[in-house]
Amino acid sequence: MVVNLTLVLISSVLIAAGVYLLLERSLTRILVGVLLMSNGVNVLYLVAAGPAGRAPLIGLFEADEMSDALPMAMVLTAIVITLASTAFMLTMAYRSFQLHGHDEVQDDVEDAQIRRLAEADEASESFDESGDGTPDEDPGDDPAEVVGE
Amino acid sequence: MINLIPLPVLLPLLGAGLTLAMGRRARAQRYVSTATLGVTVVIAAMLAWHTDQYGPQNIWLGSWPEPVGIVMVADRLSSLMLLVSTVVALVVLLFSMGQDQDERRRETPLSIYHPTFLILSAGVSNAFLTGDLFNLFVGFEMLLFASYVLLTLGGTSDRVRAGTTYVVVNLLSSLLFLMAIAVAYAATGTVNIALLAIRVAELPDTVQTIIQLLLLTVFGIKAAVFPLSAWLPDSYPTAPAPVTAVFAGLLTKVGVYAIIRTQTVIFPDSSFSEPLMVLSLLTMLVGILGAVAQSEIKRMLSFTLVSHIGYMLFGVSLATVSGLAGAIFYTAHHITIQTTLFLVTGLIERRGGSTSLNELGGLAAMSPVLGVLFFVPAMNLAGIPPFSGFIGKLGLLQAGVEAGTVLAYALVAASIITSLLTLFAMAKVWNRAFWRGVPDQVAGRPGASARARGRRMPKGMVVTAATLVAIGISLSVVAGPLYGFTTRAASDTYAGHYVQAVLPEGIE
Repeated sequence: MVVNLTLVLISSVLIAAGVYLLLERSLTRILVGVLLMSNGVNVLYLVAAGPAGRAPLIGLFEADEMSDALPMAMVLTAIVITLASTAFMLTMAYRSFQLHGHDEVQDDVEDAQIRRLAEADEASESFDESGDGTPDEDPGDDPAEVVGE
Repeated sequence: MINLIPLPVLLPLLGAGLTLAMGRRARAQRYVSTATLGVTVVIAAMLAWHTDQYGPQNIWLGSWPEPVGIVMVADRLSSLMLLVSTVVALVVLLFSMGQDQDERRRETPLSIYHPTFLILSAGVSNAFLTGDLFNLFVGFEMLLFASYVLLTLGGTSDRVRAGTTYVVVNLLSSLLFLMAIAVAYAATGTVNIALLAIRVAELPDTVQTIIQLLLLTVFGIKAAVFPLSAWLPDSYPTAPAPVTAVFAGLLTKVGVYAIIRTQTVIFPDSSFSEPLMVLSLLTMLVGILGAVAQSEIKRMLSFTLVSHIGYMLFGVSLATVSGLAGAIFYTAHHITIQTTLFLVTGLIERRGGSTSLNELGGLAAMSPVLGVLFFVPAMNLAGIPPFSGFIGKLGLLQAGVEAGTVLAYALVAASIITSLLTLFAMAKVWNRAFWRGVPDQVAGRPGASARARGRRMPKGMVVTAATLVAIGISLSVVAGPLYGFTTRAASDTYAGHYVQAVLPEGIE
């Protein structure tokens, strides 16, 4: 199969830009990132379809002159799905703006709480201080290595 | 019989349309969605019986010539998953109907809850039944979009925050999935799973590895396998109890199913066994250590969910019939039990006014029934004999010992540790929430959670939760035949019956 280098380059630039924007905190930027990335992926399907040919209409052209229609059908589905996700993310960004005055992705509250407890080296309130009934927490394999930090 | 195969997808979609049209008539909506899922359960049971008797069934849709169109396949694996998931979905739907009128308005706005729930169910069925990679993507999108809506129901501050992470992560995984399909299509010229199985084997090793890695990453995100699991405990706990329950039961398992399907059918002689083993080991340990650290029941259960995905991956990574049989059995067991625990947590939240272990206490005296409802599935999850959790884990351990490599033994050890730590986490909830007295700061505080204490549990919710507990127990009762079924399902997949059924003439 002959690959069209221009299409590959366009697709990779779009995806790279999309990934960069996806790493932002603001939901609207993430949305633009998702849009760029999905366009990049859609261009990939043009690459997958191979060189462009005649319109795939039975009876008009020979089968081996035609473009591959299947990737186009898939891209169409993908575009429709992107449309829906865009609408949903815009709604969410707007709702977030209504609620908090900004549309930034926030950290997990509960997680931050547990991290603070760990930094202060305190047990959570549900820790049994009397010590009775607390099983020995030595799992053997030293999974602490696995968890890191 | 083969004409039944598309029905588990079509019926819920039809039901979704109907319930959406009758948005203002709550009672009619309830009848329609119950009837739809009820019929789907019957069809799924018929498919499971039929495929067990006569082997995999398939139907080509839209009367295209055979390898071109979309195929739907019901084999033992997919029909078992379909049966378990539709039963669980039906029970959860009944549970959510048991909520009080006021709570239903606040927690699950009726006019969109039923249609969305049915679309979720249709998406799950589609993912299980499809024999086409792109259609699998469509199935995923159906269930994901429904889950976006269900997760952010009501649009409260918490849910929008949790929903943001969930939506962004899943959009990214969908894009990766599209990329994987594009690569697979460019390399092989097909997206039919059976045909891919034949053509991928002829590709150079590097291309095979790229396709496999892409697919594994995508399904790893959906199934919450360790390095890709961070989104799950963040987003699940804030949703309404029935929604979290159905997510925990079904969504990650669709990812596990997709891993099983693609690994065993498309890449049967893969060299990925060892990396997968390492991942499953990390998933189990990191997940359960996260669970032990939590003081909020829903978050704790979300972490145990991640950790127990490791068990299923363990069975898949062994790449043996006994390993896969154990994994399939464990998946069926885990769908039921994890859903039950989240439903019971919903009841705990009503009765105790909170799901935080710091604020709960004295539930055993307040409601012994609730104690039984929590205790049985909790012990089942931890794998105490004679429950199905024990049988599933035993099967996996035996498969691990059979494999006999160093890594397999490490996995055996890790799964025993995980099981013990699950027991520890469950015992923590049991001791704190049920057996100690009401904490002082809560008893003396006129706060919101203190006011909410002691609300009665509607009969409908208790009965449906009890039904699911009973289904969980009955999995242990029928464990023998069920394990036989999953073993046949596993040997089916490794014997290549899937490809033979879809492409009987073995198109080149």
